[in-house]
Amino acid sequence: MAERAIGTDVPRIEGIEKLTGEAVYVDDLPTEGVWFGATVRSDVPRGRIASIDRNPAFPWDEVVVVTAADIPGRNVIPLLKEDQPALAAREIHHAEEPVALVAAPSRELAARAAAALTVQVEPLPATLDAEAALAAGAEVFKRIEIRKGDPDAADRADLIVEGTYRFGSQEHVYIEPQGMQAEWTEAGLVLRGSLQCPYYIVGSLGALLDEPEDRIRVIQMATGGGFGGKEEYPTLLAAHAALLSRAAGHPVRIVYDRAEDMRATTKRHPGRVTHRTGLTRDGRIVSMDVDVLLDAGAYCTLSPVVLSRGALHATGPYDVPNARVLARAVATNFPPHGAFRGFGAPQTIFALETHLEECAERVGLSGVEFRRRNLLRPGGTLATGQDLGQDIAAEAVLDRALKESGFEERRAAFDAFNAQAARREGAFRFQRRGIGLALFHHGAGFTGSGEVTLASRAGLAGLPDGTVLVLSAQTEIGQGTRTVLAQAAADGLGLPVDRIRSVDPDTAVAPNSGPTVASRTSMVIGGLLLRAGQEFRAKVEAAAGRALPTSDEFCAEIARQAGEGPLEHIVQYQAPPGIHWDEEHYRGDAYATYAWACYVAALEVDTLTGETQVLDFTAVQEVGRVLNPVLASGQIEGGVTQGIGWALLENVQWEKGRMRNATMTDYIVPTFPDTPPIRVHFLEHPHDRAPHGAKGIGELPMDGPAPAIANALRHALGIHVREIPATAERVLSALEAGRAGSAPTPESRP
Amino acid sequence: MSQPLKGPQPLPDARSAPPRQMVRLIVNGTEREVAVRPYDVLLDTLRNDLGLTGTTRGCDMGTCGCCTVHMDGVPQLSCLTLTLLAEGAEIRTIEDVAPLGTDLHPVQRAFATQGGSQCGFCTPGFVMTVTELLDRNPSPSDDEIRRAISGNMCRCTGYNKIVDSVRTAAAELRGEVTPKAPEESVPTPVGPYDKVRSPGGNGR
Ligand code: FES
Ligand code: FES
Repeated sequence: MAERAIGTDVPRIEGIEKLTGEAVYVDDLPTEGVWFGATVRSDVPRGRIASIDRNPAFPWDEVVVVTAADIPGRNVIPLLKEDQPALAAREIHHAEEPVALVAAPSRELAARAAAALTVQVEPLPATLDAEAALAAGAEVFKRIEIRKGDPDAADRADLIVEGTYRFGSQEHVYIEPQGMQAEWTEAGLVLRGSLQCPYYIVGSLGALLDEPEDRIRVIQMATGGGFGGKEEYPTLLAAHAALLSRAAGHPVRIVYDRAEDMRATTKRHPGRVTHRTGLTRDGRIVSMDVDVLLDAGAYCTLSPVVLSRGALHATGPYDVPNARVLARAVATNFPPHGAFRGFGAPQTIFALETHLEECAERVGLSGVEFRRRNLLRPGGTLATGQDLGQDIAAEAVLDRALKESGFEERRAAFDAFNAQAARREGAFRFQRRGIGLALFHHGAGFTGSGEVTLASRAGLAGLPDGTVLVLSAQTEIGQGTRTVLAQAAADGLGLPVDRIRSVDPDTAVAPNSGPTVASRTSMVIGGLLLRAGQEFRAKVEAAAGRALPTSDEFCAEIARQAGEGPLEHIVQYQAPPGIHWDEEHYRGDAYATYAWACYVAALEVDTLTGETQVLDFTAVQEVGRVLNPVLASGQIEGGVTQGIGWALLENVQWEKGRMRNATMTDYIVPTFPDTPPIRVHFLEHPHDRAPHGAKGIGELPMDGPAPAIANALRHALGIHVREIPATAERVLSALEAGRAGSAPTPESRP
Repeated sequence: MSQPLKGPQPLPDARSAPPRQMVRLIVNGTEREVAVRPYDVLLDTLRNDLGLTGTTRGCDMGTCGCCTVHMDGVPQLSCLTLTLLAEGAEIRTIEDVAPLGTDLHPVQRAFATQGGSQCGFCTPGFVMTVTELLDRNPSPSDDEIRRAISGNMCRCTGYNKIVDSVRTAAAELRGEVTPKAPEESVPTPVGPYDKVRSPGGNGR
């Protein structure tokens, strides 16, 4: 039998064609006969469409124009709610809202046609502040309340610590902009695009186009990054391309340029979290009251589930005896916010872990000691009442992170460094150093009963050449999906990985294994394939009437049986036993299992310029089982870097509801000089709720950097960073406020 | 609410596009002639006129480095290079680094094994930058590596593994190690999935 593939550095299957330039991204498809689409958008955040004017000098007979009136079915992109139109018909609810589409035989002509259309909008007052929206009674897309213990427990606390923490939007900046190509064929609509979730599109376009779902086929092209940004948004793009293609009678391709992509597509939810925490004098948490407000933007999209994950992580990996979490996602007139790696958890974890540092100070303890007194241990429960048994690693990751980062020694060394600052020469006088940490957990897979509802299907097909093809709709967007799934299938089958084929999904072939989100691919689909592999072998051996111990015998038999007819085995997700979730009261097992992590940032700040440089970063996590070490540490390093960006650099600037800095020059994502060495350490305690014991890891690394950095800034400068990104400007104004004796917190409102 | 509505926008002239001019380029060792407009950039010429879609477009503004090619041996952002000004130049793109039927270049191999490539969209640009660096400087220090690739952006990897990849490739090129080729364990897909390394394949 083959050696096991899980746990080893199997080289990436998806590597080769991306290294040679042969990978086909949507904009690399052949252009013969293809028309190009462009989108005409509103430039005001709210209003009524008066007219769509065509410049009479333009040769309109050479292009096609599509507006809401041309939609054959219902003008809606259904997701959690049916509130978002494919094209605005009368009302405008956000700037950049699509109003009309054009397609032309060349990109240039399409751009000119778009410029020759003028959307006349009578502006209406817009709500561009979540707090104001709430006060004005704007629609709350979702309200969640979690309660544990005694609601009046705060009365018994020795002291109460309060704080409000704010965070900005974050743009995904996947390096390949969004793109989609639609084509109508005899068999129906074929969509090829840059996307994460092919079956979302299949499920959403039927009503809009008045077509049965089996006439909608989605093929994922090579995809240059997603991070959640290609979860729900590509459905809108698919609708646009499909409408244009129907009107033009040609395949139509829409590829956004960077500015349009940054302005119009979804971003991470901005918002604020207010904490009110009751403590005993010796530093135990008595009660926690958390109020979470997310700005959902104009349409619901995935805000309820983003909010849900945020709320469920709001009290962190701590044993809080009495807790109340109130979380709301409110409508404003910003472009809709949506899925982004971490999905609400980074927001609430930033708030909590920054707040706890303040709590520690107030009771005269170090952040480390304070956390140690309160962290979750076997026997304790989360805010939902969930009891994780022995599947808890909060203290283990804390200890390991302290050791690997040399936390205490460096803290002392930095204290000494800062104490001598005034005596140094020139620019060195302005340098301060700090070190900070964050302790957190991250629920793996879909929230609550999501996996049960999805009932994902995945499987294997034997091919006539004796290899086995993975059947799943999971997409590769950079994480190594195809490789990891091939590893799981190989181990299930007892074959070496080179006998397995794993390719980008096509809904004509791949069963619906659910979306590629929520760090669920390795854990859930990998688990399904492990099982499918075992059952596939049993099936083939039963048909052969004998055991097939060697790979050559097994593959020869696969070839023989596949030659006689289709040889497929599909399995369906079954919830692990003993998981109970009460969606109505937010009680029970929100996630089957959690990954645990402790991250440490060491940094240097220049008090003259306000600039922060992260010196190095330590990321320790318990992830059940590491399926592929290089891919896994790649996920962590990439996520940490995005987290550093969100904490320090990535500042979406809004002006009248539009993104003002929509270029990669003005919206700064980390480049080489901004990225420190990142030391990644894994602890492995395989859990029993997935066949291979792995927990999801894709999103986890986004959670820790922001609070670790905020706490390190606190150490370096003595100011509490309560708003991110902690840009140089914010750091300077906080320092000035500190010097002036007022509240030393960077809390300017955007 | 009666605000003045917008008047008609000035119409860009669709008809009188400036005439095309012939330009001679040496692309991946072959002389090519293309008709270009004065404002055409090399990235568009390569992708749209010459069918070389391996060079990717991340920003079109000179920020991301995805579009890096070699021009007379020097890494150059093709999205900022006017094709007219490249008359007579030798252009080398990612397609020429490991053409079909040849082994991967050690730089490409190192990006695959060391985790230097995730979504891969930035990778052609990095490969072009790094191959030139290692031609020029076979033993770059970490600092020299960092400086060479600071103009290339990657949203996926966090860069550390890219530095590892460059170090590994440099060592291999100096003959110090021979890492095993990743493609040896990769089967060639068949049937409807015939997308990988098939001559003229990829739907192009
Ligand atoms: S596309 Fe040329 S630098 Fe980004
Ligand atoms: S690998 Fe995705 S941007 Fe670099």
